[in-house]
Amino acid sequence: MAKLVLNCTVNGEPAEVLVQPWDTLLDALRERMGLTGPKEGCGTGDCGACTVHLDGKPIASCLLLAMQARGHVVLTIEGLGRPGALHPLQDAFVRHGVPQCGFCIPGVLMAAAALLTENPHPTEEEIRYGIAGSLCRCTGYTKMLAAITETAGAAAGRRS
Amino acid sequence: MRRFELILPESVDDCVRALAQRGPETKLLAGGTDLLPQLKNGLLKPARVIDLSGVARLRAIEPADGQGLRIGSAVTARTLELDNIVRARYLSLAESGALVGSVQVRNLATLGGNLCNAAPSADMAPPLLALDAEAVITGPKGERRVPIAAFFTGVRHTVLAPDELLVELVVPTPAPHSGGNYLRHTPRRELDIAVVGVASQLTLANGVCTKARIALAAVAPVPVRATAAEQSLEGQPVTPDRIARAADLALEVARPISDQRGSAEFRRHLVRVLTRRTLITALARASA
Repeated sequence: MAKLVLNCTVNGEPAEVLVQPWDTLLDALRERMGLTGPKEGCGTGDCGACTVHLDGKPIASCLLLAMQARGHVVLTIEGLGRPGALHPLQDAFVRHGVPQCGFCIPGVLMAAAALLTENPHPTEEEIRYGIAGSLCRCTGYTKMLAAITETAGAAAGRRS
Repeated sequence: MRRFELILPESVDDCVRALAQRGPETKLLAGGTDLLPQLKNGLLKPARVIDLSGVARLRAIEPADGQGLRIGSAVTARTLELDNIVRARYLSLAESGALVGSVQVRNLATLGGNLCNAAPSADMAPPLLALDAEAVITGPKGERRVPIAAFFTGVRHTVLAPDELLVELVVPTPAPHSGGNYLRHTPRRELDIAVVGVASQLTLANGVCTKARIALAAVAPVPVRATAAEQSLEGQPVTPDRIARAADLALEVARPISDQRGSAEFRRHLVRVLTRRTLITALARASA
């Protein structure tokens, strides 16, 4: 079957790649664009390891066909921050020593970044539900909560 | 994933044409949160998939002719959860959207997908039943409207013919002094499926209930209205005793099964508890 041309924006740059009709966005990012930050955990939208932003909203990239992202704006963990210019959440995750095995972390960071964009002053409960779509098999949730809480608090401090 | 041809229509007409020409073995793809897992595990093996994400009309929320709101079938659960008009007029529907999956799933999962999958536990069905919504369906013979109460025909079956598409839901604007609520029981809040779901909707006039709607999910092959319970409330003030009686009467339409999510006995218990709780909240909201 003929491949299709996917045009979209990935991490701020226009992207044009050939994909199979049945490729998921996660397949296209990992296999066709070399962006291996998003991970495939369950492949059914239950674990959150594949979380990326589509037009600013967190989605499970394993549940979207690549061609459904045509014309849309995709942000992966590779575009959230860069070495030397980490996103405040990434910086906090490093300082708090959040990652253990690290597999869930790109998805958790993308979910947390979307949460803080929509809701800069989340309660503890809102943070917990904001990352409830991400499973951490190392069960490192306590430090995630601390790092996200600190980032939200620091942002509040900068505004006041 | 098994191979398939992908069709990318940009209008409802394109979509209907594609459905008519391509015949069976074609699946419509909206949010993909149910379809993609079934394509991956081989439960479904369509030769062609029609992607609805390029059809703008299906994602629209706009005033209906006359009264009410048209909600496109590809509107996401997350949009229902957050949309100001939906929250103001149809809070129970917004509440059902907020309970689906996780935020990563809610940003993909659609109203039409929830309904067309026709799971007995579909969260968005009870609020729409309680709100007297109508499904707008289009196909090669034109457009037709079906009350949502007649939309579901069995487990995973609807009135949709293979060449038809669910375009939108038309939801009437509730009368003044109306209120609704949707609750479900799940062992955990996120990423779970209703053991039982109940939506209630009440309209009051001078302290008297002029209209009551109670709809149940996951207790019968299709989402059902508890009409005897509704009638027991109408025409008089809503009191705690009458709420308790309505909760008992709601059991009349419940024919739950026992499965890994809960026993039939537990589900019957939940019907009474959730009917009572949703009626109490609906009453408070209608009175506010």
